Amino acid sequence: MSETFRAGVRAGLPFAIAGGLLATSFGVLARDVGMPAWAAVLMSAIVFAGSAQIAALTILGSGGGLGAALGAAALMNSRFLPMGIAFAPSLPGGPLSRVAQGQTVVDVSLVVARDGEGGYDRGLLFGSSAIQYVTWVSGTAAGAVAGSLLGDPEKLGLDAVYPAFFLALMIGELRGGRAKGVAAAGALIALALVPFTPPGVPVLAASLATLIGLVRRGSEGDAEPAAP
Amino acid sequence: MSAATTWALIGGCAVITAVLKGAGPLALGGRALPPWFSAIVALMAPALFAALVVTQVLADGRDLGVGADTAGVALAGIAAWRGGSVITVVCVAAITAAALRALA
Repeated sequence: MSETFRAGVRAGLPFAIAGGLLATSFGVLARDVGMPAWAAVLMSAIVFAGSAQIAALTILGSGGGLGAALGAAALMNSRFLPMGIAFAPSLPGGPLSRVAQGQTVVDVSLVVARDGEGGYDRGLLFGSSAIQYVTWVSGTAAGAVAGSLLGDPEKLGLDAVYPAFFLALMIGELRGGRAKGVAAAGALIALALVPFTPPGVPVLAASLATLIGLVRRGSEGDAEPAAP
Repeated sequence: MSAATTWALIGGCAVITAVLKGAGPLALGGRALPPWFSAIVALMAPALFAALVVTQVLADGRDLGVGADTAGVALAGIAAWRGGSVITVVCVAAITAAALRALA
């Protein structure tokens, strides 16, 4: 495991550096809504879920209540339900151990922790998430403490970092017509739901696009390999 | 932000995240995966990442629209398509968005 752990750290490092930038903008946001620096760092250390943290603080910052903020965080993180199911077969051990291992799953894990056989490797998962954790917490600290020196995150274009991060991840996935079709379907499902549902729901619903893969595979004997 | 709100926010987010991340492994952990399951799993990344990109770039709450960040992310997409590293890609996005706002 220690060898794959190190391989996971190496594979996760570029994503961790980009994630650190995002964490810095979260730190600035936390400071702007009046959260003490230590609380922002503590939140990153024990929640470790960027999009949910940003969604919750944005709602508090715009005058929303605690319930609305927590609801937004829950919806934003709802994608971890299907992701947790995806990782479940690769996480052995007792119930508590499995729950604990599930906490290490982040968005990047979907890409860097694959074992090449349709499942996930725990060493790669833990290694890539460990380095991500380090930069997430330290980036938050940098933003929360030195945020006043940085100024407005939007002026620095930091709001473009998060979608660009996921775009880089997505483009790496677009080998083959099936993945492209599913990405397009996921994007369309999400966009169609934006006007009608709270943030987070469109992304959760987009996971249904994965079912397209099943249908095509079953009906026409798709020429592409099932898994990379 | 009051201390009580701060603690409730951190604690609430921590519990919510732990439950959502733990539910799948708790219910289904360690079992062998049938072939149809891996077919779905292999497509989870493109579906979720595509949805995250379009909602982050084009949605503000329930409104759809474009801005300097949209242009930045579009250029970043070209950089990613041409094989740029994730660090290059996010820097292209941030610098483009920042430059457009500075000019505006």
